[in-house]
Amino acid sequence: MSTITSTLVLAAETTADLGPSSVDHAGWFIDNAWLIPLLPALSFAGILLFGKRMPRQGSELGIAAIAGSFLLALGAGFTWLGHRDDAHEGVAAVHRSIGWLQSGGIDYDVGILVDGLTVMMLFVVTAVSLLVHVYSTDYVAGDSRYTHFFAFLSLFTAAMLFFVLSDNLLQMIVGWELVGVCSFVLIGHWWEDKANSDAALKAFFTNRVGDVGLLVGVSILFFAAGGTFDTLTVTERINAGEVSHTALVVASLCLLAAVMSKSGQFVLHTWLPDAMAGPTPVSALIHAATMVVAGIFMVARLYPVFWEGMSIGGSSINVLAVVGAVTLLFGGLLAFTQNDIKKVLAYSTVSQLGYMVMALGVGAWTAAMFHLFTHAFFKACLFLGSGSVSHAVHSFDMKADMGGLRKTMPHTYRTFMVATVALMGLPPLAGFWSKDEILAGTGGWGILGGTGGNGAYVVMLAMGMLGAAVTAAYMTRVVYLTFFGEYRGHGHPHESGPRILVPLYVLAFFAVVAGLFNMPKGFQLWPSAWQERFGHYVEPVAAYFPSIAHAKPSWSLAIVSTLVALTGAGLAWRYYFGAVQRRSAADGVSLTELPDGPVSRGGVARAAHTLLANKYYFDHLYTGVIVKAVKGPLARAVYWSNQRIIDGAVNQAGRQSVAAGRAVYDHLDQGLIDTVIIDGSGRASDATGEGLRTMQTGKVQQYAAILFAAATVLAGVFILVLSI
Amino acid sequence: MLLNQYLLLAAVLFCIGVYGVLARRNGILVLMSVEIILNSVNINLVAFGAFRDNVGGEVFALFVIAVAAAEVGIGLAIVLLMYRNRRSIDLSEADMLKG
Repeated sequence: MSTITSTLVLAAETTADLGPSSVDHAGWFIDNAWLIPLLPALSFAGILLFGKRMPRQGSELGIAAIAGSFLLALGAGFTWLGHRDDAHEGVAAVHRSIGWLQSGGIDYDVGILVDGLTVMMLFVVTAVSLLVHVYSTDYVAGDSRYTHFFAFLSLFTAAMLFFVLSDNLLQMIVGWELVGVCSFVLIGHWWEDKANSDAALKAFFTNRVGDVGLLVGVSILFFAAGGTFDTLTVTERINAGEVSHTALVVASLCLLAAVMSKSGQFVLHTWLPDAMAGPTPVSALIHAATMVVAGIFMVARLYPVFWEGMSIGGSSINVLAVVGAVTLLFGGLLAFTQNDIKKVLAYSTVSQLGYMVMALGVGAWTAAMFHLFTHAFFKACLFLGSGSVSHAVHSFDMKADMGGLRKTMPHTYRTFMVATVALMGLPPLAGFWSKDEILAGTGGWGILGGTGGNGAYVVMLAMGMLGAAVTAAYMTRVVYLTFFGEYRGHGHPHESGPRILVPLYVLAFFAVVAGLFNMPKGFQLWPSAWQERFGHYVEPVAAYFPSIAHAKPSWSLAIVSTLVALTGAGLAWRYYFGAVQRRSAADGVSLTELPDGPVSRGGVARAAHTLLANKYYFDHLYTGVIVKAVKGPLARAVYWSNQRIIDGAVNQAGRQSVAAGRAVYDHLDQGLIDTVIIDGSGRASDATGEGLRTMQTGKVQQYAAILFAAATVLAGVFILVLSI
Repeated sequence: MLLNQYLLLAAVLFCIGVYGVLARRNGILVLMSVEIILNSVNINLVAFGAFRDNVGGEVFALFVIAVAAAEVGIGLAIVLLMYRNRRSIDLSEADMLKG
């Protein structure tokens, strides 16, 4: 770390004491970045108070506020680019704070911390939020709580922006809880349906489990780092080796619990698919693109805690990487058993978040952030696309009510396909670059000829590869069931309106180009000035960030991962576009009558026919053996454990607390509190009132006499006390 | 002149005022007695202000005068309404707020 860097960071964290320094004038947009969350926060209040009386019921206010935030975030982003380019060796984060309160000798500040990571998140959140706002004006049009919906979209955006801008751990907790509350409110938007309010409660409670971890972890960090909540100070002290390793191990494990709940990691992921009960724009904004990456962001922001606590550098396995790897694979497998298009996408989100956590676990920080960036666009596009489809067919069930929609909904089909290919990780779309960078970052591909990772995470590389195949396969299934074959629903589906299609096209555009922001070094296909721009601007080079090694990508890895993804897609394609298509066309068997899984196709029986008649021995190999083995039992086993063991534990805990609550109610509440304290105090005041009543004669002069007498007595007491 | 003389004058006025408030039945006279009490306080304030070279006392007395003006305005209005409704301003008869 250069001396320039440390002085700059020092200046940044003690701005108030040292006065003007180089980071004091980081440009108007960055200095005033606090305006970005303030605008939607004001719009929340405005919509709640006046929304119903506005011509468009408050939506115009929300859109105006978020558009303003988006412009400010763009300004901050461009200012940051210049700021980063001016710095040669390293670059200080811009830190501004004001005192909030003082208690017990500790200063609690509230402020902003702007660096590359922050401006990237500001851009993603405001961009997706703006598109979702526009989309929602059509999607939830005519809803009875239209105004309320926009108010909470605004509040959510404000909370998320507040969270990413926070300069200390306490402020982070405040933002974290705020987004949780907004998520709860918006999942339960249609609370008249019991299932929806149950889903909202489940999301909230599961998140509370992790929040305990967050509170404990932050408390440990506060004491371990010498009594400060300031993010820069805490991380710098950790990097300087001033914080005990044991404390960091415990703190990182506690924070991991928070990440697991908020970012839907195995075993606390169960709430995320249920959260699809909310309106689709909410799923796109909150449960795919922004809120669920709060956990990822938290790890990235407090990376030294995990870097030291989990000993990420130079190791080959750690808890963070394992949680991520397990999540990405098992989450992906679960996507096969779902017929609800949004639930497939939800499990896909779980799986992709697993990639990010794994990347952070293996030290590929930039790759994780880059995947967060690209994933936000293509996953939001997929969710909004599924919303467009369900808007047309009034259902989310792919098997019963969809199929063949590519003819009737060409625009939705095109954008959905682009985002799907991006998610599968096929070149040259966004997902390919970010996913490949993660795989390269595992450093476990010695056999493929790459170098330079932080350790030898061979297992993570293998699971990441498998995950890529699984992702490609389930997305092929979704595309077939939704857009190909014959239409199985009722009525005549029609293409959605422009307010739905324009956001789709914008997101699809980003799904194509977002990958180009961080093209790897060493590939001699494009000028070096274009290489690793994202990493250059986003990754901090300062004392508050650990010195991590950067993996060098290789052609062989890129080719292998592409082939793996293509194999996954190909297997699924052979099954759905081949066997299922033919069967449903020839025998007239509808997909709903086909029980889930290729097992039920009677594949083994048909395989007993002649070799010629069964030229699909490959088919049987793929579908009957490989896919059957993977898809049937394994996916079902995972789903079973999902529903029984994990949910069972949650349910049991719920029942226990209900019983405890009942006991408390019967004995403590009804017995002691109600009869003795509540009723008793009522009776006592009744009696006192009866006594005092006689004093109320209604004669003013009597009152005055009492007043003067009392004043005289008090004056006498006063003099007596003074004279003693 | 001594400060004591002013304080004694104020104390006498205060006692007269309290007697008036407690003993008189005529609403107008009770209001006037209240004014006497307030003015006895004003004398105290001005006296202390003058003797301690602190203009705060005089300023505060001005505030008291302003508040007293408002108070007597409301008080007279109440008395007037009472007269219109009951043809009497005897305070001992006005005990409708009896508990």
